[in-house]
Amino acid sequence: MPEDLFNSFMNGPDENGRFGKFGGRFVSETLMPLILDLEAEYERAKTDDSFWAEMNDLWTHYVGRPSPLYFAERLTERLGGAKIYMKRDELNHTGAHKINNVLGQIILARRMGKTRIIAETGAGQHGVATATVCAKFGLKCVVYMGAHDVERQAPNVFRMRLLGAEVIPVTSGRGTLKDAMNDALRDWVTNVRDTFYCIGTVAGPHPYPAMVRDFQSIIGKECKEQMNAAEGRLPDTIIAAIGGGSNAMGLFFPFLDDASVNIIGVEAGGKGVNDKMEHCASLTGGRPGVLHGNRTYLLQDDDGQILEGFSISAGLDYPGIGPEHSWLHEIGRAQYVAITDKEALEAFQLCCETEGIIPALEPSHALAHVMKIAPDLPKDHIICMNMCGRGDKDIFTVARHLGFDMSGPEGRSVE
Amino acid sequence: MISRIDAKFAELQARGQKAFVAYVMAGDPNYEASVEIVKGLPGAGVDIIELGLPFTDPMADGPTIQLAGQRALEQGMTLDKTLDVARALRETDDTTPIVMMGYYNPIYSRGVDLFLEQAKEAGIDGLIIVDLPPEEDSELCIPAQNAGLNFIRLSTPTTDDKRLPTVLQNTSGFVYYVSITGITGSAAAQSADVAPEVSRIKSATDLPVIVGFGIKTPEASRDIASVADGAVVGSAIVERIAAGDSTADVLAFVKSLADGAHSA
Repeated sequence: MPEDLFNSFMNGPDENGRFGKFGGRFVSETLMPLILDLEAEYERAKTDDSFWAEMNDLWTHYVGRPSPLYFAERLTERLGGAKIYMKRDELNHTGAHKINNVLGQIILARRMGKTRIIAETGAGQHGVATATVCAKFGLKCVVYMGAHDVERQAPNVFRMRLLGAEVIPVTSGRGTLKDAMNDALRDWVTNVRDTFYCIGTVAGPHPYPAMVRDFQSIIGKECKEQMNAAEGRLPDTIIAAIGGGSNAMGLFFPFLDDASVNIIGVEAGGKGVNDKMEHCASLTGGRPGVLHGNRTYLLQDDDGQILEGFSISAGLDYPGIGPEHSWLHEIGRAQYVAITDKEALEAFQLCCETEGIIPALEPSHALAHVMKIAPDLPKDHIICMNMCGRGDKDIFTVARHLGFDMSGPEGRSVE
Repeated sequence: MISRIDAKFAELQARGQKAFVAYVMAGDPNYEASVEIVKGLPGAGVDIIELGLPFTDPMADGPTIQLAGQRALEQGMTLDKTLDVARALRETDDTTPIVMMGYYNPIYSRGVDLFLEQAKEAGIDGLIIVDLPPEEDSELCIPAQNAGLNFIRLSTPTTDDKRLPTVLQNTSGFVYYVSITGITGSAAAQSADVAPEVSRIKSATDLPVIVGFGIKTPEASRDIASVADGAVVGSAIVERIAAGDSTADVLAFVKSLADGAHSA
């Protein structure tokens, strides 16, 4: 912790849930009392040793934490510059960082006496994590998923159903993550008394952005200790992919006050950040607005109507971003860049070939930025990227983009 | 100067009548038809018009209003054109209050001060902005009141006695009681459930209490109005518009709902 708390980047949000001007509680009155209850319950839990004891026990024995910090030796050699480490959160139970947060929220839901859990999901990783923890605790689970995502993430849909969750395809809008979140909010407003909304990212009304960040911060905390053990110092650069931004916030937060650490968030550039808006880079190509309970950077038109994003990665396909990222962007503590679908696919392949790790398309974006900057950095520069998810769910999408026909026995190349 | 909303409630009280409030989405099914419907509402017995501002992500609305917003946006509806609908009504009617109902982002995107100036000039009397609870009053509620526009708050079944004063504090014009926990156009409200809630709110404020969400028929309009200061119907009217009913048929249906509320 810094000596001077007044100059800390780690004090947010304020009592109104604001990070600078971002964040807040922009929800309908029906939800307000519940959101205040949740905030009170979370404040109690935060300082309750028994809450963290339960979390730590499950993180260790159910999730498999701590996740390794791995030196990517061949990738480092191939790129010929900075030393590259990966924080291996893809090795968690359910294959991504999402479960870190889900466990926290479900334990809170149980403390609040809620019996029904709802969630939104894009790539399906948050949905799978929620369905998993609900199965473990015997809770009813309903997952809203855009109809378009149901189609492109079929393996995860089946996983959720196996785990006993009800998956509701959302057809409003264009049928992606944004629309799933709208329908989850509509469900919540209807079933507010018995239902807990388990949000999958650092967005939504206060206290969600702070709460999800706190649960995901285990990533950065472990990383700091592990890096110290491996190298005896802090990393020089930390990098993570951003859709809503929960894996990034989890890695970044414990490093915010370490001035020597460069922090880089990687948004989904889709087909390129241009005025055709075929991307999901809210900070690079959007402007501040209010959606889903918080003020943050959004993809929107001149009239304040929200635009649909575009990305090869369903998990990054969201027109907003967590409010704390908007704040870190505006004050300049973190740098945000965009990586295109094409660059992410190249990184995906390179990671498979050099490290024997099949990454999800989401961290492939972070890895693509590592590929861009590492070659020009000195060999004693340490980069740590967050390998926040594994790519099993994405192999069908990648095969299609690479021209492989998976229906045949040999995966022949199609013209 | 007394606001159109206050004047309307004084007039209704003098007549001994309950208020009938109708919601339509600006620009649905298209701009011209929407202006025609809005201009016909006062003649069909509507005391207060709720004019929907289309938004891509109406998270408190059911499918009926969502689709109405989509239709309007597909027809090129904007905030400016929504204000034009209000201006068009003001050419022929200077007494029926217009309350703009929608979500905050299009207003925030315009800029609050500029929006308030334009809304006032267009003849808008009040605002219902679903995603601005009292906790965010400094955003729009306080500036709106300073600009002479009523900011009408939603009170809901989850607004308990402890919270009610917070909700009422900066509310003006009237209080909109949301009769169900849910989205617009869902399960029907029961007057037996609504009555005690309305009296709970009325014991805490002198403002009229209007009830909406889940009211679909002239009978329900009458039943609910009989236990409150008025009733709001939205989705049931919008469904008629969606079904392609003629303006005359839509207005005839509105009149039956208004007659229901006025007979309470």
